[in-house]
Amino acid sequence: MKLVTLAEAIRRHVVDGACVALEGFTHLIPFAAGHEIIRQGRRGLHLVRMTPDLIYDQMIGMGCASRLTFSWGGNPGVGSLHRLRDAVEHRWPAPLEIDEHTHAGVAAAYSAGAARLPFAVLRGYLGTDLAAANPRVRSVECPFTGERLAAVPALNPDVTILHAQRADRQGNVAIHGILGAQREAALAARALVITVEEIVEALPPAMNGVVLPHWVVSAVVHCRGGAYPSYVQGHYARDNGFYQRWDAIARDRAGFRAWMDQHVLGSADHASFLASLGAAA
Amino acid sequence: MSDWTREEMMTVAAARLLWDGCVCFVGIGLPSAACNLARLTHAPDIVLIYESGTLGTRPNVLPLSIGDGELAETAACVVPLGEVFSYFLQAGRVDVGFLGAAQLDAHGNLNSTVIGPYDAPTTRLPGAGGATEIAAHARQTFVMLKATPRSLVARLDFRTSPGFLDGDGARSRTTMRGAGPRTVITDFGVLTPEPGSEELRLSALFRGATAGEARAAVGWPLRVAGEVEAIEPPSPLELETLRALHARTREAHSRPVRIPS
Repeated sequence: MKLVTLAEAIRRHVVDGACVALEGFTHLIPFAAGHEIIRQGRRGLHLVRMTPDLIYDQMIGMGCASRLTFSWGGNPGVGSLHRLRDAVEHRWPAPLEIDEHTHAGVAAAYSAGAARLPFAVLRGYLGTDLAAANPRVRSVECPFTGERLAAVPALNPDVTILHAQRADRQGNVAIHGILGAQREAALAARALVITVEEIVEALPPAMNGVVLPHWVVSAVVHCRGGAYPSYVQGHYARDNGFYQRWDAIARDRAGFRAWMDQHVLGSADHASFLASLGAAA
Repeated sequence: MSDWTREEMMTVAAARLLWDGCVCFVGIGLPSAACNLARLTHAPDIVLIYESGTLGTRPNVLPLSIGDGELAETAACVVPLGEVFSYFLQAGRVDVGFLGAAQLDAHGNLNSTVIGPYDAPTTRLPGAGGATEIAAHARQTFVMLKATPRSLVARLDFRTSPGFLDGDGARSRTTMRGAGPRTVITDFGVLTPEPGSEELRLSALFRGATAGEARAAVGWPLRVAGEVEAIEPPSPLELETLRALHARTREAHSRPVRIPS
């Protein structure tokens, strides 16, 4: 059994300078794991996520990252990610190299990574300045038709971290609801850490359901509420109010640092973090 | 003084462009309101696709994010994000892509990436997300954006999503599957591409708006179509349906969410 504490999983699998993907498209974003990376003071990470969302805004603002691969960097339905913007516009708290793509490009790059192919091919990045801005967006000629197609290098994170509904005692993990590129990111990674809402004795046979089998999972962490303020289908809803309030919290450096100090660094673990928000409300 | 706002008029005008049964790839914000208004009025069998992988979704309230649980719970099916872009969009299975942006130019190209130089932007915007490939591969696109001096511009700071490129058929010489922007809906009315040059020109006005207002709001010398259509104001049913949708949405988004423990 690979059941470990969150602190142990991060200590073992996330080292300074690593390429790390915390995936989950709006749904199942592994906030607890991101917070633990911040508490352990990791530096120089290459962060990969289609949508950086609040969790990477926090990690970037706390100085964990030196590079970001992404395709859409806003606060969904609200506006900017102010810490990401500050890093790109003013190099605060540290310069951030950006590797910018489209959703279709990142999804294809994870798929290629999962298949251990060197690059992904798609009819993408057409008529955009992105290819000129990013040297990792190139093109290849189809050997059969001669068509020029976009090529992006495969994504193979050192570690992918996901949040999911359930794992069983053997370490098999079941996910349902909006999947984003979770499965591709999981199978593209060299190590896979998964936080889950609940541990069950055994999962029922899944047929077409999404299960990550135990032999591809490096560590499972029991972490209730681990995706909050994102959500877990069947367990708790997305806290849209929190996403709206984040805009004001993250707008200036001092307010952001004070919030992170009080709620993330000031909490020993995720349960204490959630309790601190309840107390503040 | 009218009893509807310009934003309501934009949403209603956009909804009317959609037909029953059409397969529509929806962006968040104004496009999402327009697509759901169409579904709740004249197009009950419209197929709405959000890039989170929710196909055929019928949300009771508008989602704040592109991946709210509401979209998954009311979807005909939920597929991985990569499949939405490869098997559905790139494969040509989407009739309409509905997009917003920060900037639009005279040929319907869109910027949602940066204001200022890419390497040292004055304003870093969210970026492409799904828009670049939606703009390329949906059979046609509709664009909604509010008219400000910084939004309808002669020259984009960055081209995130293709419209007609430089016009005069440039787009048709690429491998994009879709035909490009068919209609742009903005505060004063509607712009459509002029045949041949593919330059956007004024083709319809909302009640109370004028060609002079349109010219003043647009950063390129705006041409006016031979016949400028007058767009019917929102009907009582359209207005009631839209306002009820927004009221339900506000109520749902202000409901406190229990913090898990």
